[in-house]
Amino acid sequence: MTNLSVHRAGRRALTGLALTGLLALTACGANSDPAAEPKETSGGGGSVVIGSADFPESQIIAEIYAGALKAEGIDASTKLNIGSREIYYSAVEEGSVDIVPDYSGNLLLFVDPEAAAASPEDIAEALPDALKAKSADVNLGILEPSEAENKDAMVVTPATAEEYGLKSITDMAEVCGELTIGAPSTFQERSYGLPGLKEKYGCEPGGFESINDGGGAVTLEALLNDDVQVVDIYTTTPSIEDNDLVVLEDPENLFIAQQVLPLVNLDTVNEDAQDVLNEVSSQLTTEDLIDLNRQVSGDEKRNPADAAADWLEEKGLAG
Amino acid sequence: MDYTSDNLFAQMGQWLVAPENWSGERGIPMRILEHLGYTGLTMLIALAVAVPIGLYVGHTGKGRVVIVSGIGILRALPTLGMVFLFVLLAGLGLLPPIWALVLLAVPPVLSGVYAGIASVNRDTVDAARAMGMSEAQILFRVEVPNGLPVILGGVRAAVLQVVATVAVVAYINLGGLGVFLVEGTQLRDYGRLFGGAVVIGVVAIAVDLLMALVQKFAVSPGLRAGRAPVRTQDSGRQKAVASAQGGTT
Repeated sequence: MTNLSVHRAGRRALTGLALTGLLALTACGANSDPAAEPKETSGGGGSVVIGSADFPESQIIAEIYAGALKAEGIDASTKLNIGSREIYYSAVEEGSVDIVPDYSGNLLLFVDPEAAAASPEDIAEALPDALKAKSADVNLGILEPSEAENKDAMVVTPATAEEYGLKSITDMAEVCGELTIGAPSTFQERSYGLPGLKEKYGCEPGGFESINDGGGAVTLEALLNDDVQVVDIYTTTPSIEDNDLVVLEDPENLFIAQQVLPLVNLDTVNEDAQDVLNEVSSQLTTEDLIDLNRQVSGDEKRNPADAAADWLEEKGLAG
Repeated sequence: MDYTSDNLFAQMGQWLVAPENWSGERGIPMRILEHLGYTGLTMLIALAVAVPIGLYVGHTGKGRVVIVSGIGILRALPTLGMVFLFVLLAGLGLLPPIWALVLLAVPPVLSGVYAGIASVNRDTVDAARAMGMSEAQILFRVEVPNGLPVILGGVRAAVLQVVATVAVVAYINLGGLGVFLVEGTQLRDYGRLFGGAVVIGVVAIAVDLLMALVQKFAVSPGLRAGRAPVRTQDSGRQKAVASAQGGTT
């Protein structure tokens, strides 16, 4: 090989590396859209700002909170689609947002990565102290958790459930060797994934297929085709209801509880507002979330605010 | 894994040198083998589909319009979307995602073969015909050897595109180096994400260099660059073809 072509190859290698790096950097930057602008109105006059994460379910719940507060005459505005937990948490911390809907287990692991609590009660109990430890300068807290939960779950078809008599993951463990699990590739190493299944239930599945579409169409198709018998999908996914899928119970809390609850700044959200949000939480169920998700993310593509308004009307919270 | 630094590039370095990443069926060597295996399978299917069509169209000149517009359409297809489409239509398995990559590889091979055959000097072809060669002899003894630089250029472009894109099959149920990108994103493990991207880049460059060698030694010495072209008109034509291929020849 001549000197010239070596030089050329080297240059190509460098360009390749530079491009790879550039692409990856762009990908990282895409999520960092901070909601850093200061709030226009302070919390003093009873007005609150409700934020949400960057996915539809969070926006729907935020709209429900806002609608319920307005119905009680509390001045509430929304700042939706803020971003990932890192970003909306710091927005609450710095005071540009007063209320954000969150999920109890992931919120706890975010403020305290070492936390070991897994059951709904333990998590709700651990959260206030963990929040204080993480953000000592701000009076952050949680309100009453709702019954609605959105978390990973082992899901099977009704036919599989009947064939093996499956109600819970404990039942599944007995026939694990005959089942193939479909889940994101990281399920193979996450503590709640294959390692957890083995440790908590003694279940080592006969096969594993990685399907990285976030529990979407391909995962569902693979389950319905019996390419895989068990899938890991979120409990508020409409396809569970649409196909009568069976969500296996999880007595050992392999998947830690993820109750929907408001993360609030206790200094700016007064007691009246807290009562309203607690009333919302007492009525919100997982089935409601499935239904709301279907309206917003399904074929109907409804506006989250409209779907939220209907829900409030139905529950008698529309004022 | 646990990194000792917050710096992305340091994490990437640590990930790349960690011994546990270089062994087992989820380690880097195994993933490289899978990656190359999918690339090879894709290219075999793509060659089997595209070469006969390219030879026919290049030799006879029939169906040129169909081929050119067909190639344009294929090139516009998003490969990741095709992966999901084929898996939804045909279910999980090795081949549905591979078909999506075949759609990616066919256009460069097809245009390379077609353009390679069409670029052969018509006087040479007519001379062969006048000497009494059959059409098959003309195709395989005159047109293919003379068009080989352009044909191989198309194949090389296809291999490079496939080896760099085959990562998308990791989204569904296949392995390959794309797994590191998918997992790195899900776990926010940027060492793994960057490291995987670098390994893909290195593999792509290595494969392209290999193809360059193949291209160099497979072509008849009489056609190699550096020899003074017999006819200037002819060389201008080859250049035009080369530039139409994105300069990969």
